[in-house]
Amino acid sequence: MQFILTTGLLPALLILMCVVFAMVEPRFVDGSNLLNVARQSVFLLLIAMGQMIVLINAQLDLSVGATVALTSVVVASVTAASSGGPESVLLGLGAGLLLGVVIGLLNGCIVAFWKVPSFMATLGSTSVLTGLALIISKGAPIIGLPMIFSDVLATSSVLGIPVPVLLGVVIAVGIGVFMSRTVPGRNMYAVGGNRAAALVAGIDVKKTVILAFVLCSVLASLAGILLTARVGSGEASLGASFVMLSIAAAVLGGTSLFGGEGVLWRVVLGVLFLGVLSNGMNLLHVSSYIQELVIGIVLIAAVAAERLKRVA
Amino acid sequence: MTANPLVAIRNVSKKFPGVTALSDVSFEIRRGEIHALMGENGAGKSTLIKILCGVHKATTGSVALDGAETVFDRPQDAEKGGIRTVFQELNIVPQLSVAENISLGSLPLKSGLVDRKKMLERAADALSGLGADLPLEARAGDLPRSSQQLIEIARALMGEARLLILDEPTASLGENESRQLLNIVTGLARRGVAILYVTHRMHEVEAIADRVSVLRDGKFIETLGAPMDEAVIVERMIGRPASSLYQHSRRDPGRELLAVSGLGSATLRDVSMSVRAGEVVGVAGLLGCGKSDLARACFGLHPIQDGGIELDGEQIAKPSPAGMLERGVVYYPSDRRTEGLVLGRPLFESMTMGSHRPAQITRKGFLRTQKESELAHSIAAELDLRPMQLDRASGKFSGGNQQKAVLARGRLRLAKVHLFDEPTVGIDVGAKADVYRLIDNYADAGHGVVVISSDLTEIIGISDRVYVMREGRIAAHLAGSDITEENIARSFFTAAPA
Repeated sequence: MQFILTTGLLPALLILMCVVFAMVEPRFVDGSNLLNVARQSVFLLLIAMGQMIVLINAQLDLSVGATVALTSVVVASVTAASSGGPESVLLGLGAGLLLGVVIGLLNGCIVAFWKVPSFMATLGSTSVLTGLALIISKGAPIIGLPMIFSDVLATSSVLGIPVPVLLGVVIAVGIGVFMSRTVPGRNMYAVGGNRAAALVAGIDVKKTVILAFVLCSVLASLAGILLTARVGSGEASLGASFVMLSIAAAVLGGTSLFGGEGVLWRVVLGVLFLGVLSNGMNLLHVSSYIQELVIGIVLIAAVAAERLKRVA
Repeated sequence: MTANPLVAIRNVSKKFPGVTALSDVSFEIRRGEIHALMGENGAGKSTLIKILCGVHKATTGSVALDGAETVFDRPQDAEKGGIRTVFQELNIVPQLSVAENISLGSLPLKSGLVDRKKMLERAADALSGLGADLPLEARAGDLPRSSQQLIEIARALMGEARLLILDEPTASLGENESRQLLNIVTGLARRGVAILYVTHRMHEVEAIADRVSVLRDGKFIETLGAPMDEAVIVERMIGRPASSLYQHSRRDPGRELLAVSGLGSATLRDVSMSVRAGEVVGVAGLLGCGKSDLARACFGLHPIQDGGIELDGEQIAKPSPAGMLERGVVYYPSDRRTEGLVLGRPLFESMTMGSHRPAQITRKGFLRTQKESELAHSIAAELDLRPMQLDRASGKFSGGNQQKAVLARGRLRLAKVHLFDEPTVGIDVGAKADVYRLIDNYADAGHGVVVISSDLTEIIGISDRVYVMREGRIAAHLAGSDITEENIARSFFTAAPA
C-alpha cells in the first residue's frame, strides 16, 4: 500500500500484470520473450519520450507518425542508392536525423512564431509529411536497402543486448538527465506550467518550445530509422499508430496534457505497460481485434484510477 | 431587534491532518453590521470562511444561525440559510454576458428554454439594487475586474441573502473602484445585510467596519468595536507592538540609472521618468492610468511606439524581459499567480527560474541542484518565507510567501534597477514589512527602485519621489514634503499646473 502511495498505481499494475501473464503463460518469463518485449517497445519508447517533452511544454505533436513514415521513405531511398558499404549506415542515420531536425524546426516555428495551436499545426504537418512520403515512394515499399543497414541497426547485439534496445536505454537516460538536470530542460517545465511567468522570469519561451518540437521529431525520426532497418524497406504506411500510443504512454506515465508535469521514468513504465500488455495477449493468442478493445479499456481504467487516487 | 445575533460562531475548531487551522474561535455577527475579519496570512481566515459557507465542516464547535444551531454539509445548505460568499478568485465565465453570469446556475426558464427577458430584468434589478450600472449584454470577460466583482456580488445577492462574506474584495481594485465598492457595501449593510469583510487594508476597516475580529495563528484574539485604532489592530494581528512600517533613513541619490523619455504606446502618452541610484521612486495613479504599463514597457512586456529608454547611459532600442534582466533590471509582476509563479511546480523552481546562469547554479551546462537548493533556502530564510518547505507546490503558499518567492529573483543576480508592480497587494502586515525592508535595502545599496502602487499610504510612506499618472500621462511629479495624500489625490483628477 505504501508502495502505491509513493510511486503511484502504474508500477504496481505493471508488476501485477507481469505476474498474471507469468502464471497463465510460462513462456512469458522466458528470457528471449522478455528481450522481445524490449525490442518491440523501443520504437514507442523513443516516440513517447518525445511526446512527453512536447506535452511538458503544454503542446502536442500529432505528426510523430507521419515523421516516422517520411523518415522511413527518405532513409530507404538514400541508402538504397548508396554503395552498400559501412558508410551507408551513417548516411541513412544522418539523413533521417537531419530530416527530424527540419520537421521539428518547422513544427516549432509555426507554433512559436505564427501562434498556431500545436494541435492544428501538427495536424497540418501530418498531412504534408504523409503526402511527401507517398509522393517519394509512389505508394509502394522502397526495397533494395543494403544488408549492412539492417544488420547494424536491427539485428546486431552488444553483450547480448540488441543495438536498438541499447540505443533506447542510452537515450532514455540522456533525456532523463536533460529534463531534470539542465537549464533548457527545467525551462520546459516552467514554460509549460506558466508561459507568462516564464516570460517575465526571462526565459526565451519561443526557443524553448522550438527545441521541444525538434527533440520530439528527432526521436520520432530515430524510431523511423530503426523501424526501417527492422522491416528492411521504406514504407509510407509505417508509424500511424504511434500518434495515439505515444500520447497514451506519456499520459499513462502521469504526464499532464496541460503542461508543466511529466517524469521520464514513469513514461518508460507507461511504454512497458503497453508493451507487456500486447505481448502477453499475443502469447495467449488473443485476436488483434480484441487486443485493440482491451488496450482502450485498460488505458481509460488506468488513467482514471490514477486520477481518482490523486483526488482521494 | 431580536436578542439572537444573526450568526454565532461558538468554539469552532478545525483540524486538518497534521495542522490545526482553527482552535476554539468564538464571535458573533449582528444583523446589518459590517464585521471586518483580520489576521495575517495563515491566521485561519479562509478556513473560517469555508466553514461558514459550508465548504469545510468544523471539527468541533458549532455555528448558530438566528440562534438555531446549524450544520452545513454542503455549500448549498449555507446558501439556503442566506449565507453568500464572494471569494477572491472570481467565478466568472468570461465568454458569457453580464446578465448570463448574474443568473449563472439559476437561469430563469420558460417551457424549458432560457427566458431571456426575465433574465435581463433580473440582472437589471440586481445591479440597480447595488447602485451599479453595467452593460447587461456585454461579454463579462471584456469588463474590468471591478465590474466582474460587481457581477459576483449581484449573483450572491440573488434570493434572500442575510450574510454576505467578502474575501479581500478590493485586493485587485484601484483606489477609485475600491471606494465605489466600499460605498456599495455600506449601502447593503444599511439594507440589513450583514457583511463579513476580510481585508488586509487598514484604512478600509477604519472607513466602513462597525466591528473587527482578529485571528492569529488559528486562534480568536479579540473583537474590537469603534473607534478603530490601527495600532491596536495591528498589534493584535502580529502579537507584538507594531513598529512603524514606513521608516527609512534619508538617502542621497546618485547617478541616473533609468531614464524614460517621451514614451508613447497604446496606453502611454509622452511619459518621461528618471530613476537615480539609491532612491525609491513611487508611481501612483488610478486603475487604468497606465502606471503598470510604464513599468512593463521598461521591461519589454508592453510594446512602445515612441520615445526611448536609457539604462545607465545605454540606449535600449528594443527591450525584452530576457535582455533587461541580463542588464540588471528586474520586474516583479503584480499578479503573482498568472505572471510570477508556476503554481503546480515546487516553489524553489519558481524562485530560480530564469536565474540559473546568473546565479551560477550551473556547471558545464548541468544544474547544480545541491547549490540551487542551498541558495533557495538561504534567500527564503533572508526573506522570512514560511513554511520553508520549498518542495511544496507554489500554489499552496499564501500570497505573502508567494510574493517573497518572486522577489527572490532580484537576489539571484546582479540587479541595479527594480520595478515593483503592486508589491504588497493581498499580503499581510508581516510580509509587507519584509517587502518594505527589502526595498529599503536595495535603495541603500545604491540600486534604483520603482514602486507602482494603488495604495496611497504605501506610496507616501516609502517613496523619495513620486510620479502621479492620469490617462497615460504624468500628471504630477512630487518630492520631499510635497508628497502628501492631498497632492497625489488631486493629481488623480486634474492636470498638473504647467
